[in-house]
Amino acid sequence: MDAVLKIEHLRKSYSSGFIPKKKEILRDVSLEVAPGEIFGYLGPNGAGKTTTLKCLLGIVFPDGGTISLFGQPPLALKAKERVGFLPESPYFYEHLTAAEFLDFFGRLFGLGRAERAERSARLLSLVGLEQVAKVRLRKFSRGMLQRIGLAQALVNSPDLLFLDEPLGGLDPIGRKELRDIILQAKQEGRTVFLCSHILQDIEMICDRVAILVAGRVVKTGRLDDLISEKILFTELEVAGLDSLELERYGQCLAGRGGRFLLKVYDQDRVPEVLDMIRERGGRLHSLLPRTQTLEDLFLGMVKQP
Amino acid sequence: MKRILVLAGNTYREAVRDRVLYLLLFFAGLTIILSRVLAILAVGDRVKIIMDVGLASLSLFGALLAILVGTSLVYREIDKKTIFTLMAKPLHRHEFLLGKFLGLAFTQLLIVLLMTAFFQAFLFLHTLRLDAAVFLAALYIFLELILLTAVAILFSSFSTPILASLFSLSFFVIGHFSRGLLTLIRKMPAGSGRSIVRFFYFLLPDLENFNLKTEVAHHLPIPGSFLLKSAIYGLFYTLFILVLTVLIFRRKDFQ
Repeated sequence: MDAVLKIEHLRKSYSSGFIPKKKEILRDVSLEVAPGEIFGYLGPNGAGKTTTLKCLLGIVFPDGGTISLFGQPPLALKAKERVGFLPESPYFYEHLTAAEFLDFFGRLFGLGRAERAERSARLLSLVGLEQVAKVRLRKFSRGMLQRIGLAQALVNSPDLLFLDEPLGGLDPIGRKELRDIILQAKQEGRTVFLCSHILQDIEMICDRVAILVAGRVVKTGRLDDLISEKILFTELEVAGLDSLELERYGQCLAGRGGRFLLKVYDQDRVPEVLDMIRERGGRLHSLLPRTQTLEDLFLGMVKQP
Repeated sequence: MKRILVLAGNTYREAVRDRVLYLLLFFAGLTIILSRVLAILAVGDRVKIIMDVGLASLSLFGALLAILVGTSLVYREIDKKTIFTLMAKPLHRHEFLLGKFLGLAFTQLLIVLLMTAFFQAFLFLHTLRLDAAVFLAALYIFLELILLTAVAILFSSFSTPILASLFSLSFFVIGHFSRGLLTLIRKMPAGSGRSIVRFFYFLLPDLENFNLKTEVAHHLPIPGSFLLKSAIYGLFYTLFILVLTVLIFRRKDFQ
């Protein structure tokens, strides 16, 4: 199937200061996003995630490389008609009420009055803001702005949804609800391009990820392929024993209430540790095999020279 | 065109929900009322003094509105990053600018109409008749204000509101004094010096083209050719400034 988004060798730099000094933000970004997938775009702060989005949406102009949205250049209005976007810092028109705000964007997409009213009501309900439809955005909290931002991103029923740090500023319930909305969008056949540095959320919902470090994509692939199922170490929470006895088997950290956290890196020695705990009269509170997480992979990539 | 009108509608809504607008309207009304006090204190035709002060307040407060609101509208979009959301929509950059301009021009039209109606009513209390020439003066003040709005939007597309306000105010002040160069040209001997001054006169705006206050206050005849020339001058100058703004905006990176 043709990619909905294709980026090849994208480069972007900014010049700033009285005597302009060029700073390279994107050095070489290439990636493809397939229809219907949730694509996670990961990177530490300043890696160039937002700049990539700005290039895709015509907010800034790339220095080089090519971008194709639905097989068209990114500035083509036909491509933009199929796109929704939630920016990172949700600053919107404070003079408008939530309902007026959605109506305004609906008008920009050429929707009729009845359709605008129906979509506004449905989207406000979806993001849990139907009670504040007539409140001006000036009075909205950060989390509420994030929600109304998502609603405006969905107003044109887009095929491709760009979300820049969508979970920032939300409480745990809000994050759960937003994750559900993203998954629902996928079920409806939409493609989601999600920029974030909150790895836990990415890991929970993304099909594929790209890791961006210092303006370069250093890893791309399916999450299952990138994160190995191999056990990295086993974590045992033990009480009633001396730390010196435990240190022989691995890394031992003192915890609360006389408990110790033992990390056993050699899996073959785990039965041996369990025997020892039993023989010496110790108590085992938990045993947790740790596989590689996205965080491990991410930190490994970021820390690489 | 539909998208431009949608943006213009939003700009109008933003402008009329801005407190600055009502503050300026209040002071404009107050100045018109105070012109009566000035007329009592001054020597001469009281109605003419009321006319002079009233039309001047229309021009001055309209200009302040164009500068204060015009310079903040585009800058606020960039500074608060609301422009990011807009640029992601199926919208050309020139449509964004024209929408902003038309929205503010429409606001200006309503404000001028409101102030003119108030001024006419105030004048009616003294003369017991309506003066059609006041509407003509107000129309040319409006032409000047839409030019000033375009200038304010131009400056705000690449500088901060304070700088843009200063630049726009300078444009307004220079525009009302540049006609003095014509006197200088007449008095200078022919040569390169006169050519340079003439060049500057053509380069600088001449906002006196829109100033009919003296003629209206003193019931002097206004030639039709002057009205036509001034209207064409205003419309072309506004168009030129808008094209310049679009060119600057077309390749601008919003970081």
